[in-house]
Amino acid sequence: MNLQSEIPLEYMIVLSTAVFFIGLVGVVIRRNLITMLMGIELMLNAVNINFVAFNHYLFPHRLEGHFFALIVMAIAAAEAAVAIALIINIYRKFSTVSVDDVDELKY
Amino acid sequence: MSGPKIIFFILAAAILVFSVMSIFSRRILRAAIYLLFVLVSMAGLYYMMNFQFLAAVQLILYAGGIVVLIIFSILLTSQINSTLDPPRKSHLLLGAVTSVLGLILGATTILKYSFQASASAPIGTDMRTIGRHLLGTGAEGYALPFEVITVLLLAALVGSILIARKPKV
Repeated sequence: MNLQSEIPLEYMIVLSTAVFFIGLVGVVIRRNLITMLMGIELMLNAVNINFVAFNHYLFPHRLEGHFFALIVMAIAAAEAAVAIALIINIYRKFSTVSVDDVDELKY
Repeated sequence: MSGPKIIFFILAAAILVFSVMSIFSRRILRAAIYLLFVLVSMAGLYYMMNFQFLAAVQLILYAGGIVVLIIFSILLTSQINSTLDPPRKSHLLLGAVTSVLGLILGATTILKYSFQASASAPIGTDMRTIGRHLLGTGAEGYALPFEVITVLLLAALVGSILIARKPKV
């Protein structure tokens, strides 16, 4: 399937930019640790679209973007596992996961 | 409109709508399910670009792994029918200004730059090619990042078990 004549590369990148900033808004407006983590996952996925689209459109004879996206996914999985371990530990200590109430180290 | 274009616009609309719903949903479990829809649509996008292996990894790792992990942590840390607080006005304003400015800046920069689509013959994305590159040590081999990632995953595994276990009394 020849995608390049059908869909310009700009469409993909504008889509990923939009998803990135939606994820950023999610991190800014929510005070719950789990929803903030979900915003970060959205941002990581937006970056992955960029890598894959550049690989497919600009360098189809190589696989660099493909492997970079694969490695970003592995790091996202490791990050999610550690973050959720931390969130569960915080919940055990403070009985809440709101970042406004977890401020023991703040001052 | 041709077939791929229609599919692309459906996937893009699904990604945008569900990610906005996932951000603004007051029910945290629903937000996680909307995030799942976003990730599945992104797998469709990868499939359109002929990266079948990456689409499968996206489905297995994100939809099957991370979203399930997030749902488990939601069930462990919050009441099932509790709703999130509405976002503060100042945060909403800050987020809106940042994202609109960033989106305008990014989109104008992207649309001004003329990308030269490559005409070279695409490399096959079958499993044989991917495997040979992923474990190759030659010019286009990725054996070193692969090994670094395995060590990172092991460290994350040990670290999260150590963090999450109950402290000894």
